[in-house]
Amino acid sequence: MPQTLFEKIWSRHVIVEREDGTCLLSIDRHLCHEGSFHAFDKLERENRVIRRPDLTIGIADHYVSTKAPELGNEEHELRVPIEKLTANTKKAGIQLYGIGTPEQGIVHVTGPEQGLTLPGIILVCGDSHTATHGALGCLAFGIGASEVAHVLATQTLWQEKPKTMRINIDGELATGVVAKDIILHLISVIGANGATGYMIEYAGSTVKNLSVEGRMTMCNMSIEAGGRAGMIAPDEKTFKYLKDRKHSPKNGNWDLAVTDWKTLFSDADAVFDKEVNIKASDIAPSLTWGNSPEEALPVTGKIPDPKNESDMSRREALEFTLQYMGLNPGTSLKDIEVDRVFIGSCTNSRIEDLRAAAEIARGRITQVPAIVVPGSAMIKKQAEDEGLAQIFIDAGFDWRATGCSMCVGMNGDLTPPGERCASTSNRNFKGRQGPGSRTHLMSPAMAAAAAIMGRITDIRELEPVDL
Amino acid sequence: MEAFKKLDSTAASLQVANIDTDQIIPARFLKTPRSTNHGEFLFHDIRRDASGELDPNFILNTPENKGTQILVADTNFGCGSSRESAVYALFDAGIRCVIAPSFGDIFYNNSIKNGLLPIELDRNIIEDIWQILKTANNTNIEVDLENQTIHLPNGQNFDFQIDPFRKQTLIEGLDDIDLTLKYRQLIEDHETNNAAERPWTATVY
Repeated sequence: MPQTLFEKIWSRHVIVEREDGTCLLSIDRHLCHEGSFHAFDKLERENRVIRRPDLTIGIADHYVSTKAPELGNEEHELRVPIEKLTANTKKAGIQLYGIGTPEQGIVHVTGPEQGLTLPGIILVCGDSHTATHGALGCLAFGIGASEVAHVLATQTLWQEKPKTMRINIDGELATGVVAKDIILHLISVIGANGATGYMIEYAGSTVKNLSVEGRMTMCNMSIEAGGRAGMIAPDEKTFKYLKDRKHSPKNGNWDLAVTDWKTLFSDADAVFDKEVNIKASDIAPSLTWGNSPEEALPVTGKIPDPKNESDMSRREALEFTLQYMGLNPGTSLKDIEVDRVFIGSCTNSRIEDLRAAAEIARGRITQVPAIVVPGSAMIKKQAEDEGLAQIFIDAGFDWRATGCSMCVGMNGDLTPPGERCASTSNRNFKGRQGPGSRTHLMSPAMAAAAAIMGRITDIRELEPVDL
Repeated sequence: MEAFKKLDSTAASLQVANIDTDQIIPARFLKTPRSTNHGEFLFHDIRRDASGELDPNFILNTPENKGTQILVADTNFGCGSSRESAVYALFDAGIRCVIAPSFGDIFYNNSIKNGLLPIELDRNIIEDIWQILKTANNTNIEVDLENQTIHLPNGQNFDFQIDPFRKQTLIEGLDDIDLTLKYRQLIEDHETNNAAERPWTATVY
């Protein structure tokens, strides 16, 4: 019987299948960050033992200060969750990549980078962007605190089998169009709940041609379409990416693993519950204008007019959104001025992202405050070695230490009330980057261009500079 | 965990789509331990005006919705961040049931784990319920999980779906860790087999 990639991985992990279809799944890898204190507290209250501490890795990212990381955070109350993670992992015998370690970074950057993420495994983390790891051909999904506690206590999870959706993206991308534009375009097509209840597999020639980093950007935002997981069949690029990473299989195990990984693809006649087809040629450099990730348009677009909305409740919602965002109907996106720029987050903070942003920043000067936050300590060092950090600094960008930074609004990096931020992160929700913040999501190159011009800019129209 | 069998309460309509968990509880409150009452954090920034005062127009700030245990919400309720604190905030504010056309998957799971019942109904039914709540003499909704039905103040009934496993854990107030640990031998056997077949996954080397 032909199987999808998802079914192949799922079936390997079923320990118990109940009559109603709910399955008890074994969990290969669990990553936890500071927010896991709720789960550790619950286990402590219930006097439970952590069953497989060797399969969990702790990583500090959400509350880490990008300005003064060695202190954890200059504000004591923000240091508490970091200290709890240190204490909880130490007590449980869980390996911690804490502040100051060369492996530390955003959990969804560090996992793949250290070879903790491997094709064919099930990886979970108490964070909705865990789908990122699916770019390497594993099943990875975000869970809540109670499920984190369940994993710590049992190394398993009860899950209802999700439906499957394949999203086929085919063709050549136009100049200036990158993975971020693909995923923003896709969400605008299928909607913020277009994949709710589904496990997404991204396929097609465009996806095949993306780098592993680009694939991670796409899988990362699966949750913004409602999909709890997104995945891509592993290929030679995946194997090359993983070879010789710290926790990747070594020696004889590497060959065994690659042999197994080569069987991880959807069979030619495998059936999906739903298929979506997207043409790469339909995608332009894009950004969001509203408070839901589905509210995205090509940079050449205009702010929609509520008057054109016939459904009254939708019209009111649109009016409310434009009021919150401080935007007028009909305004060209390219006429929107920004107050600050954030380049970072688990969506877009990898070396390739920083190279793309630096390419725009080179020889130019920022008009507004802009920060660049590398996704991990390793990426920070690599960017410094490659000269990217100096390009950013010379252009007036603030070059920071790694962490979740201005994506999550809980570590001191905030967009002040009423300010407009061009951001490479994943959520444009009301107040996400700080109370009253206004977020426009876009690619690293588009964000860098917004910093240089002080407004939303079509990177294809940027005047060249003499270097 | 508190068991959920039946509920009879006033209901409040929240007619906004894509209410994400950042709106249910803003990030700055997530460092709060569970032992602290999270009710004050519920919809913290959207139920207040710019000066920080409670907005009298926000649905949960009205006198008639004081003590309400049921929210009738719109599409994609609880989307976004996996923060379970969103459910703590709803629960501590007294909410025991959210009825909506669809939910964020992680929020849905988190609700079940905390004794809060999420009910999915077609959006046209939800629209009818909003209308009924607006026009009926009272806004009481009865929720019967055992029989998977809700009874509206105008006498109408609607059935809802929930998978048997989640229903069981809610009705019994069951902590599924205890249930899972009964399968300890099967879990260990599975791990042993996996280590033989795929040794590179058996531990973090």
